[in-house]
Amino acid sequence: MLQKIYDWVDERLDITPLWRDVADHEVPEHVNPAHHFSAFVYCFGGLTFFITVIQILSGMFLTMYYVPDIINAWESVYYLQNEVAFGVIVRGMHHWGASLVIVMMFLHTLRVFFQGAYKKPRELNWVVGVLIFFVMLGLGFTGYLLPWDMKALFATKVGIEIAMTIPVVGPLAKTFLAGGEIIGAQTLTRFFAIHVFFLPAALLGLMGAHFLMIRKQGISGPL
Amino acid sequence: MHRGKGMKFVGDSRVPAERKPNIPKDYSEYPGKTEAFWPNFLLKEWMVGAVFLIGYLILTVAHESPLERKADPTDAGYIPLPDWYFLFLYQLLKYKYAAGDYVLIGTVIIPGLAFGALMLAPFLDTGSERRPSRRPIATGLMLLGLISVTYLTWESVVTHDWEKAKEQGKIVNVSFDENDPGYKIYQKQSCVGCHGDSLSGGASGPSLVGTGLKPEEIMKIAKEGKPPGMPPNAFKGTDEELEKLATFISKLEK
Repeated sequence: MLQKIYDWVDERLDITPLWRDVADHEVPEHVNPAHHFSAFVYCFGGLTFFITVIQILSGMFLTMYYVPDIINAWESVYYLQNEVAFGVIVRGMHHWGASLVIVMMFLHTLRVFFQGAYKKPRELNWVVGVLIFFVMLGLGFTGYLLPWDMKALFATKVGIEIAMTIPVVGPLAKTFLAGGEIIGAQTLTRFFAIHVFFLPAALLGLMGAHFLMIRKQGISGPL
Repeated sequence: MHRGKGMKFVGDSRVPAERKPNIPKDYSEYPGKTEAFWPNFLLKEWMVGAVFLIGYLILTVAHESPLERKADPTDAGYIPLPDWYFLFLYQLLKYKYAAGDYVLIGTVIIPGLAFGALMLAPFLDTGSERRPSRRPIATGLMLLGLISVTYLTWESVVTHDWEKAKEQGKIVNVSFDENDPGYKIYQKQSCVGCHGDSLSGGASGPSLVGTGLKPEEIMKIAKEGKPPGMPPNAFKGTDEELEKLATFISKLEK
């Protein structure tokens, strides 16, 4: 039955080459922990992607309850945490995932750096990877404000004050992020939009480029 | 792939009529113990992922994600702290030559150089040598960066007052009768200015909930003050009112 559906679609859209492009690539011995245990260092990139998927899924569920305005934001998080079935798990995964993704990405970066895997011809993939790092830090910074509790508000105030010290760009960045003079209602809605739409869109684009390049070039050889 | 004359298409589309079999390549001739990504290697990867997921879920269940009390922009006494992965940048700004007049060194120059070098690493380290020991400058700079970040994060963690941080962010649930004559007096007097509407404290006055004090002790503080914050003679009213107020406050519990 499944085979028939596949054949029906394949006849019309010729998906086999596409599927083989995605699925069919070789994994060399030196990156396979089943053959050399020390190759576990090659898992960090995959785990970063794994957590990113969890972050997207848990984030989608969080937005079912979260309300991005200063009157209801804290109450909605409190409700989600204390009343909603498994809400504490979903929020917990998003909270801890945010830290774990930084850890895994950091380890992945160190692996690539110390193996010199960023060298020709993989320069562009390294630059894209560093951009992904920055987007992740941006997601961490904007997500921190959303629960609208004390630490969220004051950490954001300090963060924007620090940004303000940068000449020329600083005040512009403040206006863009805070949406005005004070850190308040406008800031929360902006951070919500940036956290949920702008940065994830950038992240998906960059990750697509990251994976395309690694597939095109193949993984770097053994040292 | 078949090209040129004699190509057949599905209907009037651009999809070739000739089907290709969906069979993976044979990797047995590749060097070493190469294997196919799908499904062989992906299954192993998923096993690593599953072990990781168990650890992740245990962490989630064991440590509930934190939520402090609702943001109160008027509370100027709150000591802020960013998430842990920003601590090194935050700590950097506490040093004399990266703050005040030199703040640009802490906010732009040092982070800009560090992250700029990270981003441009492939163009700065252009040699073909890959082993860390054969490119001492790149390795040395990265180790220096790692040590600095670790040290700054560590310093930030040990100098932060975690007890106070926990206290200042606590969610306080106070339930009291707003029609209590004691509360009416509380609102009329100057108490409310510092100790807040919900008696949970504010920038210049501590919480009055669950003090464990007897009415007589509270009356004494209201009249004679309590250094450093509470001035003497803060209460202005009759002794009867003072007694009602003190009884009300002494009964407040979390």
